[in-house]
Amino acid sequence: MANQKIIPVGPYHPLQEEPELFKLYCEGETVRDIKWETGYNHRGIEKLSESKTFEQVFFLVERICGICSTSHPFAFANCMEEIAQVEPPDRAKYIRSIVGELERLHSHYLWLGLAGHFLGYNTVWMWAWKYREPILDLFEIISGNRNSYAMFKIGGVRRDVTGDQIALARKTMSDLKKKNDLLTGAVMDDPVIHARTKGVGVLTREDVMDYAAVGPTARASGWDIDVRRDDPYAAYDMVEWKVITAPEGDVFAKAQVRLLENYESIKIIEQCLDGLEKEPEGDTEVKVREIPEGIGTGRAEAPRGEVFHFVKTDGSNSPVRHKIRAPSYVNIATFRKSCVGQTISDATISLAAVDPCYCCTERMAFAYDWHTGRKIYDGNQLVELSKQKTQQIIKNNA
Amino acid sequence: MAETLFYFLVYPGLLFAGVVGGLLSWFDRKVTAQVQFRKGPPLLQPFYDFLKLLLVKETILPARGAKITFLIAPVLGLFGATTAASFILLPMFNINIGFEGDVMVIFYLLTIPSLMYIIGALASGNPLASVGASREIKLIVSYELTFLLFFAAVILKADQAMRMSQIIQIQAQATPFIGSISGVLLLIVGLFCTQAKLGMVPFDIAEAETEISEGSFIEYSGTVYAMVKLTKYIMLFILPALMVAFLMSGFNLEGTGIVWAILKVLAVVLLLTLIRNTNPRLKVKQAMRFFLIGMNALVIIAIVLTYLGL
Repeated sequence: MANQKIIPVGPYHPLQEEPELFKLYCEGETVRDIKWETGYNHRGIEKLSESKTFEQVFFLVERICGICSTSHPFAFANCMEEIAQVEPPDRAKYIRSIVGELERLHSHYLWLGLAGHFLGYNTVWMWAWKYREPILDLFEIISGNRNSYAMFKIGGVRRDVTGDQIALARKTMSDLKKKNDLLTGAVMDDPVIHARTKGVGVLTREDVMDYAAVGPTARASGWDIDVRRDDPYAAYDMVEWKVITAPEGDVFAKAQVRLLENYESIKIIEQCLDGLEKEPEGDTEVKVREIPEGIGTGRAEAPRGEVFHFVKTDGSNSPVRHKIRAPSYVNIATFRKSCVGQTISDATISLAAVDPCYCCTERMAFAYDWHTGRKIYDGNQLVELSKQKTQQIIKNNA
Repeated sequence: MAETLFYFLVYPGLLFAGVVGGLLSWFDRKVTAQVQFRKGPPLLQPFYDFLKLLLVKETILPARGAKITFLIAPVLGLFGATTAASFILLPMFNINIGFEGDVMVIFYLLTIPSLMYIIGALASGNPLASVGASREIKLIVSYELTFLLFFAAVILKADQAMRMSQIIQIQAQATPFIGSISGVLLLIVGLFCTQAKLGMVPFDIAEAETEISEGSFIEYSGTVYAMVKLTKYIMLFILPALMVAFLMSGFNLEGTGIVWAILKVLAVVLLLTLIRNTNPRLKVKQAMRFFLIGMNALVIIAIVLTYLGL
């Protein structure tokens, strides 16, 4: 490909906040092929988890992602409760749903702001983030933190949501509804935004099914999936709400799905607050003394899609195997469909449209010899290998 | 000679236009901040930015680029902008009356910075810069024709006077051109051309931070980038000043006229700022269509209306 040039997006690029590398193979402005490299941010969470007690794992998985920091504890709690065969009390379920939906709200606002920034529309960016702020304040009042709330434990939640907090949450929600109207109007009715996002980065229903995409990425292409409804957990089957879908599959549809999901989240939170007022205060957990031997799976609908946790236990106080699949892990793969054939301008907003979260998806592979079963590379050898590569690069560029 | 140098380097050229441009840049940033619920920078921030680049930051040269061209391009761009500033501002401040046909000289001088950005970008050898340069070329092809027609329409309105001072005088004696239907259309066209020339959203396509990380300017740093910054400050002053001269009867610098002069420039910059804060970036194809079809149609309507005396 003589006249193709590589336009790098990354490892550090204004488009994405996290380290990642997309190589756009371009002819002129048209993207002909795309390759990507992640793995800049691998932290070995799954392995670390095996050395922690179950209580500690909650704090560990909460740090997988800075934005959807409650979806991983959510899935892990679902998973552990399946193993321990416990059912949290209704009050805990309501609180879990409230925390989960508040997180969806702030995550969608964050995405909306960033999408505006990526389109050069910095006013939308600042406005969306300003409206996100009361949600974070509410989190700080409920849990003590703006992010990483540490609300979850096996069999319930760590903190109750009571009197004043409920009133404040109600007020925040009713304010937020007006702000959401404003933002939805500003985005949905802007002709220039239409021109930039409609028909851009289209994923058909077949595409998202082929790549097993999840969350708003799948729903914006007309695939009606949502773990909250399909495999109900917490209080999601105790309240009225609906799954938002859109058939077009372009960037605009993804924005539309997220904006309309905000209304559903507000609806869920308000019903959960009603539920909280009926339940007796303080009834936030069932005590779990022991985790039996077994395996369990837990799912939760993160703002970006389904989070999946698998845990194997052996009756001790820490997991034997802990497997995590974050939504971006599958959503990133759809870039091959959405970006190839587009111009650079369209490709960059398509990259951002799935709301990718790279630190969730970083994985490491071990190489084993098929016959002997021995590790071909251990940790030290890999470090040595990477040092050699660095030396090689320095030598090549000297 | 000394007088000419003074005009070029101090007033109303490099120093004066640069300082006023810096203040206007602060105004633009402050208004933007207010629109976005932010506090905004202090008054002298544009000058801190400039001085930091000029004196403190190191200048890094691209290893594989054409270094001399890379370094000279921004200087020539600044030269073009400064010369344009002198030609625009001398008649506006009643220092001299310019010469017959200086309007066309101004038109060509105003294209020099963009052309130099392209040359500098291509000399840097960076793939992102080359994308930026190709976008800038497409953008120039689309808006220069509109800008030329805009000039032609103004000249027609001024009874075919090709001299800045005459265009201003005709408006001062009768009514400013903006007081007619064709004048309003011309203001719209002129504002969008200015927007494109300044590389502001929705036409910051060649820089496009989140797509090609500043595109044309990606390799520039330190002193050379300070030249680019200064060029931008000057352009931010002289293009709105040109709008004021062409459509709002220029400056009258006697008594309270100074306040009016300042308000006129601020009003134009305010309009530019508001456009840039209420729109996302266009794609280069859309920008071309916008100018080649939409804006050209508008400016031709304005010319026809001028013939009809509206």
